[in-house]
Amino acid sequence: MSYIHIEDAGKTFTENGQEFTALSGVNLDIEKGEFICLLGPSGCGKSTLLNAIAGFDLANQGKVQIDGEDVKAPSTKNVTIFQNYGLLPWRTVIKNIELGLESKGIDKKTRREIALKYLKLVKLENFANSFPRQLSGGMKQRVAIARALAVEPDIIFMDEPFGALDAITRMKLQDDILDICKSEKKTIIFVTHDIEEAVYLADRVVVMTPNPGKVKGVLTVPLHHFRDRTSGDFLLVRDKIFDLLNMKMEDNIEYTI
Amino acid sequence: MKKILSVRYVIVSILILIVIWQILFLVSDYSEALFPSPLMAFEALIEMITSGQLFESIVTSMGRFIVGYGLSVIIAVVLGLILGSLPKVFNYINPTLQLLRPISPTAWMPFVVLLFGIGDLPAIVIIFIAAFFPVLLSTVSAVMKIDDIYFRVSENFGIKQPKLMWKVILPAAFPQIANSIHLALGSAWIFLVAGEMVGAQSGLGYQIIDARNNVRADILLATILVIGLIGLLLDFLIGLLEKRILRAWGGEN
Repeated sequence: MSYIHIEDAGKTFTENGQEFTALSGVNLDIEKGEFICLLGPSGCGKSTLLNAIAGFDLANQGKVQIDGEDVKAPSTKNVTIFQNYGLLPWRTVIKNIELGLESKGIDKKTRREIALKYLKLVKLENFANSFPRQLSGGMKQRVAIARALAVEPDIIFMDEPFGALDAITRMKLQDDILDICKSEKKTIIFVTHDIEEAVYLADRVVVMTPNPGKVKGVLTVPLHHFRDRTSGDFLLVRDKIFDLLNMKMEDNIEYTI
Repeated sequence: MKKILSVRYVIVSILILIVIWQILFLVSDYSEALFPSPLMAFEALIEMITSGQLFESIVTSMGRFIVGYGLSVIIAVVLGLILGSLPKVFNYINPTLQLLRPISPTAWMPFVVLLFGIGDLPAIVIIFIAAFFPVLLSTVSAVMKIDDIYFRVSENFGIKQPKLMWKVILPAAFPQIANSIHLALGSAWIFLVAGEMVGAQSGLGYQIIDARNNVRADILLATILVIGLIGLLLDFLIGLLEKRILRAWGGEN
């Protein structure tokens, strides 16, 4: 069986006595080391699916398993990176990165060493003693990435991590996250509503549609790690996604009778 | 530079007060015994300082204040952190708190004197009540308002109670808690005087009653000034402490 196994998973909420289906009938298998993008417009249940796999808000239908075990709560083996960074503003950058190591029973000195190593990896070693508010959005998200990597997780969940960043910073961080993935070999599940971002990053793109949230299709991106945002192959994959999202102009629209 | 400027503001501001006071003294036709001039109040102040009476009163009052305010803040913050983390329990306690909160601490005075007699305790109890409700309610609301993301991050990294309390909840809620502690200091100081006027035979509040009984308006005004000055000083000191902790915890400036 695959590493992450999702079978007929669904999630319903009851609000003011009315039942609302956020996610239904999701079947998905993810292998170790894959970079998966969950792509879709708002309300398509992509974050719901991510939270169900990460264990924050469990699915109430079907099965969600990691490594053969049902997901019941967030695990320290899998780390989630949020759009608004989730850094603790009262801790310095280095202390933020050490946060996850503190409950692992690692001594102070080793903690500092590990934190510094990952701080270097995200190229922020000069900001070890800064507070989060002194950093730009892109730098904050780098700290969050370093903090996640420091606990050496199996899976990293990213919930629209670059959503709050400007386009140029976002592209830079996309390259960085690809580099880091190559060197650290993590399984990554990445939520985004940006089609190009999904194609650029993912091994496979899970295209989702709303009302109710469900998986419309899964596209393998055959671009390996030589991604060029302007190449023909890149545009071809993007085109297929537009197709799945019903966003393409149909050829035979104009008829006059 | 900023400090020098603020000292200048303080001096000018107080000078304006003294000038207005002096003018009022010159134009009003109350007897000097009832409405003394700034100079007379100043002389009374010197008299109190040299006799050691002022120092004694300040020490007595400060002792009561530190005990009452300190205990109140500590208990209110600890209780607030716990109640804020247990919103379902707080729902049952909140209505009672809201009922007790608007009651002036001085309303409890007769009761407090009956129970605790005359001495240190009534003043301490009144100060305690004055600081308790604002700090408690503010702490509870601060804890309840903590962004859910901090809890998600803590859960993800395996931080559980009791570590969660001092690693996440307290620092996340601290700016609002500190603000309420700061504000409560002012009201606690106000009620110290009220408490000592009724329930004590010593301290700055009693000194006011004593001055009235002896028809020493100059001592009365001098004492009032001293109470104001100490209040100002306490406010400045706690502001300094607040800023220091906030800075250590990455707050603004």
